[in-house]
Amino acid sequence: MKRIYMDHAATSPLDAEVLKAMEPFFSEKFGNSSSLHSFGKEAKGGLDWAREKVAEAINAKPKEIIFTSGGTESDNLALKGIAYAYRSKGNHIITTKIEHHAVLHTCEFLEKNGFDVTYLGVDKYGFVDLDELRNAITDKTILVSVMHANNEIGTIEPVEEIGKICRENGVKFHTDAVQTAGKVPIDVEKMNIDALSISGHKIYGPKGVGVLYLREGTSLEPQTLGGGHEFGKRSGTENIAGIVGLGKAMELAVKRMARESVRLALLQDKLSDKIQERVDGVKLNGHPEKRLPGNANFSFDFIEGEGLIMHLDMEGIAASTGSACSTKSLEPSHVLTAIGLSHVQAHGSLRISLGKDNTEEDVDYLVGVLPPIIKKLREMSPLNKDNVKEFENFGDSEHKH
Amino acid sequence: MYGDKVMEHFRNPHNFGELKDADAVGKVGNPTCGDLMWIYIKVGKNEKGEEIISDITFKTFGCVAAIANSSILTDMVKGWTLEKAEKVSKEDLLKEMDGVPPIKIHCSILAADGVKAAIKEYREKKRKE
Ligand SMILES: Cc1ncc(COP(=O)(O)O)c(C=O)c1O
Ligand code: FES
Repeated sequence: MKRIYMDHAATSPLDAEVLKAMEPFFSEKFGNSSSLHSFGKEAKGGLDWAREKVAEAINAKPKEIIFTSGGTESDNLALKGIAYAYRSKGNHIITTKIEHHAVLHTCEFLEKNGFDVTYLGVDKYGFVDLDELRNAITDKTILVSVMHANNEIGTIEPVEEIGKICRENGVKFHTDAVQTAGKVPIDVEKMNIDALSISGHKIYGPKGVGVLYLREGTSLEPQTLGGGHEFGKRSGTENIAGIVGLGKAMELAVKRMARESVRLALLQDKLSDKIQERVDGVKLNGHPEKRLPGNANFSFDFIEGEGLIMHLDMEGIAASTGSACSTKSLEPSHVLTAIGLSHVQAHGSLRISLGKDNTEEDVDYLVGVLPPIIKKLREMSPLNKDNVKEFENFGDSEHKH
Repeated sequence: MYGDKVMEHFRNPHNFGELKDADAVGKVGNPTCGDLMWIYIKVGKNEKGEEIISDITFKTFGCVAAIANSSILTDMVKGWTLEKAEKVSKEDLLKEMDGVPPIKIHCSILAADGVKAAIKEYREKKRKE
């Protein structure tokens, strides 16, 4: 059976060119970049090259690029590192309710350690309200962290305006750009960004490697101590092959961005139109235009997402859902609840995230197999438009215990 | 994550849909994740004159395990006397499911509650008649 991968927001396949760039750095150029000999220099060469590629991609300086083990570590390092470095200035942090858990759980950790965190809500599209942000800033505020684009619903936040507000108030601004780097233009100067997280595996690069951009002059308390690698901000012998892979992936992504983002946006439009044409009781979550190219997030009335994903998988399509039944906590996605979806609507969510190998044919195939699956699951569901009101928030935390 | 039997029943569930002129419907749900299940029964008599479940169907809003256990349980208790069906044990149902992850146990036994609720409703209805 043919398999079609449509879950690129989760991870993406390694590009063949990236693999080729990485290969020499495993056993041929295996040196330790800190060594003085020629082996060390070869490794250092790869490291410097990748640093430059990433810096170029976001209009930063190479010395502002810190390599990490991925998006999660970058988020952790940015939040904890900046919070502790500016602790004497204040203890207030502002973020949003729709951040990735790498940010949210780090904020919860900071709350347990003497910091106050404000979690801004979002509107029905997932946008942060700029006035609310302005009002939340106090003289104790040291850091604002708002993601560039949301990984579930694809909404692209107004980071340039947020950066401006932070700059005016003398507050550091971090953005989680794991979903946007290499896909949407980023200019850390124009956007007034002080810290920014990137992950390799979302852009056809390797897993387990990421970047924290940190503006020159921004203080950071290192979270990993040791030999003083990465300008003393993140010790540990570098994962050179991975870093070179990330550099190559970024170079390719930037080169392909203009064409690929238009192609993916058109494919996603087609997908959304066709699904809404062929299935009743479906809504597109997120904003119709200001969203990640290739991201489509739907809610189908009266059905549950895990079953939907498994049926699609049996048809060869890989996608994901924010249903409570699919999470480790058995709670629905915090993003879907933050945009005002009921428990039942969150159950019926389906995220399609298209990528470089997806074609019009793939979209046609999905649009063909989806309606009968929805129909079958609805025939099996006790919910319908007459009784859904009664049950729409069944399973809500308030109903528990 | 799931065993073959669960996947087979999920893929091709038995006994789903509304049962026309059901004698009773057991409506249960589980606030853990918000699943809902309706179990429809028709009651008949066996040769000994005991009341039995002569037909049974389900409607389920829930995950793969919830759908599969609805199918497996309805297969299991069809033809059982009400007395036996009302004592159906969650352990037996779980055993029939043949392997579900711990996090899915709450919905893998829900159909047992559903059939009990349906029998209870049937008995209450009859008492009122
Ligand atoms: C928005 C966002 N932030 C952070 C991460 C974590 O990145 P990583 O998987 O590289 O740790 C992800 C991906 O899972 C993400 O989508
Ligand atoms: S029905 Fe929600 S986890 Fe099974």
